[in-house]
Amino acid sequence: MSEPILTLTGVHADIDQYHILHGIELQVPRGELTVLLGRNGAGKSTTLRTIMGLTKVPRGSVTFNGKEITSWSTSRIARAGIAFVPENMGIFGQLTVRENLVLAGTHGPLDQSRLDWLFDLFPPLKKFWDRPAGNLSGGQKQMLAIARAMVEPRDLLLVDEPTKGLAPAIIDDLATAFEELKAREVSILLVEQNFSFSRRLGQTVAVMNDGQVVHSGTMAELAQDSTLQQDLLGLGLGAHQ
Amino acid sequence: MSQANPSVGPWALWRDRLLKLQSDKPHLVLLGLMLFLAFLAMDPATWFVLTISGMAMGTMLFLMASGMTLTFGLMSVLNLAHGAFISLGAFVGAVMLTGALGVYTVSPSLGWNLLAILPALFAAMAVAGVVGWLFEVIVIKPVYGDHLKQILVTVGGSIVLIQLIEVTWGANEIPVPRPGALRGAFVIEDWVPLIGGLVMEKFRMVALLLGLTVYGLMLWVIDRTRLGILVRAGVENREMVEIQGYRIGLLFLGVFIAGSALAGLGGAMWGMYREIITAHMGEELMISVIVIIILGGLGSIRGCFYGALLVGLINLYIGYIEPRLAAVATVGLMVGVLMWRPQGLIPVIKV
Repeated sequence: MSEPILTLTGVHADIDQYHILHGIELQVPRGELTVLLGRNGAGKSTTLRTIMGLTKVPRGSVTFNGKEITSWSTSRIARAGIAFVPENMGIFGQLTVRENLVLAGTHGPLDQSRLDWLFDLFPPLKKFWDRPAGNLSGGQKQMLAIARAMVEPRDLLLVDEPTKGLAPAIIDDLATAFEELKAREVSILLVEQNFSFSRRLGQTVAVMNDGQVVHSGTMAELAQDSTLQQDLLGLGLGAHQ
Repeated sequence: MSQANPSVGPWALWRDRLLKLQSDKPHLVLLGLMLFLAFLAMDPATWFVLTISGMAMGTMLFLMASGMTLTFGLMSVLNLAHGAFISLGAFVGAVMLTGALGVYTVSPSLGWNLLAILPALFAAMAVAGVVGWLFEVIVIKPVYGDHLKQILVTVGGSIVLIQLIEVTWGANEIPVPRPGALRGAFVIEDWVPLIGGLVMEKFRMVALLLGLTVYGLMLWVIDRTRLGILVRAGVENREMVEIQGYRIGLLFLGVFIAGSALAGLGGAMWGMYREIITAHMGEELMISVIVIIILGGLGSIRGCFYGALLVGLINLYIGYIEPRLAAVATVGLMVGVLMWRPQGLIPVIKV
């Protein structure tokens, strides 16, 4: 296997006075879809925000494509080739669908063939092309958020809980989109609570608990081993109740 | 949506339409209402003159207010030193008109006048823009995200700037010569049957034209260009703009410079309009500017434009009907609008 596209070594992070990440060790293999699992509050979203430079890193290092990006600004990290779809999707509601996508294309005019591909994946985007994105439904907003991250080729996609609050039919559409991306060998790091969705898509998996990665391996291994699932994810469910 | 329902009479239909209009286009409803009420309160010729003058005043106020609304919208920066840039523009403009270009200013030919006016306005914008740049880097940047410090630091910065103006050009009022061709008024006799004869000050027509042109240009930039999309996106959600790979700090600096330059332009125009300037004129205008940006909805260019028109018009209408009320009219308008729509006329939705 070639060297991982993204490596986190002993990364710590704080939000205000709270110590959220306690030395994360994480590798995202190149060209694969990695799922980050774990219960609420385990630090999954913070991990993504930390990679993106939105949370300061007092200790540890983040390496992307062989470059140390720990102290880079968010915009520089983005320009280096990481796209991020946050949990709240971050759609510009007052901008039209078109303007949202135009803005995402940082390298000039949009590529029409790529746009057609996105329209095939997410037909509502074509239908509501010149409407304010704020008027879209939750599922359509999620489609736009992911399309925005895909409108230009990126080396790594960080996606935070794309299926949250969506109807099963739309989740299916999203899964199809992610499969297309996998086929194009885009590296993806996906935070997801929906285990059936992540089992369908994931190749590698990392499980977080209390700000640390407590397990990493292949998805196939975790999918077959129900004891391991019970240990890692049942523990999360238990903590909820 | 009003639907053609046979059981509903035409009145209900109109009522529905009106209700929809007042929630969809509150700025137009308010503007129409004000024009209509003023029309009832005075004779048509006076109304026409006051309306045009009020709009001219409004567009000049818009020039001054637009920069402040955008800096607030984009970075939530409260720049209370904005008035100092208005004064600065007025002084630079006046110095150009009286100094090196004085010969062209007094000439009665419009062509020669333009040779004085255009460089004067350009210089006002350039100087205000450059000082704005320094001000952003030195004063504003260290206090991003902290409104209390912004208020303290920009009020302090404002005092410093105004004192610097006084040190440079003196503490007294300075008369500003209005260019020869723009003095006086157009006199139109028996123009329209209803309105009759008119006397329109020339300078106000020019100010109105310039204001509308700048507004048109700004709308074009905001609506049609990539830079405009970026500014609108930044007003809505800064962090997401960074996540897309744009340096929001640079964008904000650019907007701040442009806003300061526009304040300078507005100040230079205002100086020619009033024909007298003081270092404190910007501070005095800040009350109107703040009312305008609150009226319009913080961060909204369209709202700012309509807010400025409303403030300009109500000033002149009330000043004509009952001069003693003119001072409270502006603030009264703001209170009324905020009771009706607390978010302002054309609010910007932030994430």
